[in-house]
Amino acid sequence: MTGKTLYDKIWDAHLVHAAEDGTSLLYIDRHLVHEVTSPQAFEGLRMANRPVRAPEKTIAVPDHNVPTTEGRDKVIENEDSRIQVEALDKNARDFGINYYPVSDVRQGIVHIVGPEQGWTLPGMTVVCGDSHTATHGAFGALAHGIGTSEVEHVLATQTLIQSKSKNMKVEITGKLAPGVTAKDITLSVIGQTGTAGGTGYVIEYCGEAIRSLSMEGRMTVCNMAIEGGARAGLIAPDETTFEYVKGRPHAPKGAQWEAAMEWWKTLYSDDDAHWDKVVTIRGEDIAPVVTWGTSPEDVLPITDVVPAPESFKGGKVDAAKRALDYMGLKAGQKLSEIEIDTVFIGSCTNGRIEDLRAAAAILKGKKIKDGMRAMVVPGSGLVRAQAEEEGLADIFKAAGFEWRLAGCSMCLAMNPDQLSPGERCAATSNRNFEGRQGRGGRTHLMSPAMAAAAAITGHLTDVREMM
Amino acid sequence: MDKFESFQGVAAPMPLVNIDTDMIIPKQFLKTIKRSGLGVNLFAEMRYDDDGNEIADFVLNQPAYRGAEILVAGDNFGCGSSREHAPWAIKDFGIKCVIAPSFADIFFNNCFKNGILPIALPQEQVDILMRDAERGSNARITVNLENQVLTTSEGETISFEVDPFRKHCLLEGLDDIGLTMERAPAIDAFEAQAAQARPWV
Repeated sequence: MTGKTLYDKIWDAHLVHAAEDGTSLLYIDRHLVHEVTSPQAFEGLRMANRPVRAPEKTIAVPDHNVPTTEGRDKVIENEDSRIQVEALDKNARDFGINYYPVSDVRQGIVHIVGPEQGWTLPGMTVVCGDSHTATHGAFGALAHGIGTSEVEHVLATQTLIQSKSKNMKVEITGKLAPGVTAKDITLSVIGQTGTAGGTGYVIEYCGEAIRSLSMEGRMTVCNMAIEGGARAGLIAPDETTFEYVKGRPHAPKGAQWEAAMEWWKTLYSDDDAHWDKVVTIRGEDIAPVVTWGTSPEDVLPITDVVPAPESFKGGKVDAAKRALDYMGLKAGQKLSEIEIDTVFIGSCTNGRIEDLRAAAAILKGKKIKDGMRAMVVPGSGLVRAQAEEEGLADIFKAAGFEWRLAGCSMCLAMNPDQLSPGERCAATSNRNFEGRQGRGGRTHLMSPAMAAAAAITGHLTDVREMM
Repeated sequence: MDKFESFQGVAAPMPLVNIDTDMIIPKQFLKTIKRSGLGVNLFAEMRYDDDGNEIADFVLNQPAYRGAEILVAGDNFGCGSSREHAPWAIKDFGIKCVIAPSFADIFFNNCFKNGILPIALPQEQVDILMRDAERGSNARITVNLENQVLTTSEGETISFEVDPFRKHCLLEGLDDIGLTMERAPAIDAFEAQAAQARPWV
């Protein structure tokens, strides 16, 4: 008999019902909710007079819309944003679900708050009406984004109708070179497999380079599994995971901790498990990377040049032409000579304490370039507080960065933090789509250390030159 | 949800690859707490200039395609965010079927929840339909879900695959939640067993 992958094991442990055609009903352990993709789902429940089936397993926090400036707990200026946040306040209250309002120091980006509070645990199924739910896969949880109809379905039934994905293994062998981070790993994988390379699969990341990552780094890797097209990304739990989880507010304690550990230690892919696709990358071959185009697959080492559209095949030729036109770049231009206007450090990809430490290490004692607009948006109120305690906030402020309150902010620019047309940004977020950070805005994705380096020099910069 | 009926309609060609959900419905339109009325914002940043005027050469602004009911697009359609506002906007515009070589997973799922049929076909077949779509409003493509067949304006037929459960739900206009509610005893039993096996959850 063939062994099971980690995905197979979690799937089997949550199967409520399987029909002959493969359509399955999967039990959901944790449902995370935010203000943008949930109002219509709660409205649906009200219309059908349905309760939330498991409010104790449902956690809500406003993050997408909220301003990141002081005073937001008193008033949110944008009326539509205010209405959405107020709707979440009301829905959380009416349906009795766990809630972290804007005024709570624990508020932050839903994918940072969940792990921080110990809601996310190994072996769980976790969903949220947000594609970056993949983040929670770092704990060896099966976690993925869902649409609003599915949000309503989970609220009402605590289950999801699913068909099983295929298994894909992404192995990163060996060690990372200095200056290379989890962000460079995850972008490099997408660069190799393409944004549709993971479509139909759940990815398990493994190998020495992944094992060596902290939980923060693992979350960065899994966060962008969706950018590679995969339904979810997973990393098998180990001592690093258990160490992170232990003692968190909603983590099991005492005898329950022991019982949980017993099961968690079985959560790995068997040696003889079947993989439908395998990708192997040498950790030593990964360089600090940046994106040049308008898709996360448009990624190259910082030492490279903007590629010629003709070097691609099929529909990608026209897409690359369109991307260079949108980005205002020319083929052959050195990536390290691209000048930037703005730096954004934050998001569910890179808004955790380790990310802020990495950026602050580069910025310490330095100033950002004259005229540069630079902001740090911590992923949660607790990350922010910790960064202040460690002196990181002072480093950012002394360098010329704005020190903001927690939220999604300029990653998707639903709040007032936006790019103007033509404004070029070095960003630690996850999407460089046209208009993502504001209409006409130009986004280059990179690691926090690389973004900090660019803030100092005013152009995309190889961080290794500053270490 | 309305039942999905066979229909013949104009197909709009969008040969671009990686059409993402930010293109389909930019974030400024996600602030609604309703599902309806998003059709006017579909592809807003490609469709309107900074002053809100229509950009004449964008496909859905061309007279031939203003009433399009089918979209033929490039690879990896709907990649990016989970926003269901994307299929809501597509449906509200009047498009009931999207054809592409491949779709992003979440968008693909979201379509079925909203009475939209996404059809993935090999590139060569998408190319045939794209050429047909480029001929404008005189070239109408027929979508028959019951028989799983597309017919081009010239009578060429292309069959397609669809998950049997999803096909059934589309044809009957079934609500997923109602169906799952019928399995409440199985959910209850699972919860009881899981509370024993994994009490810390």
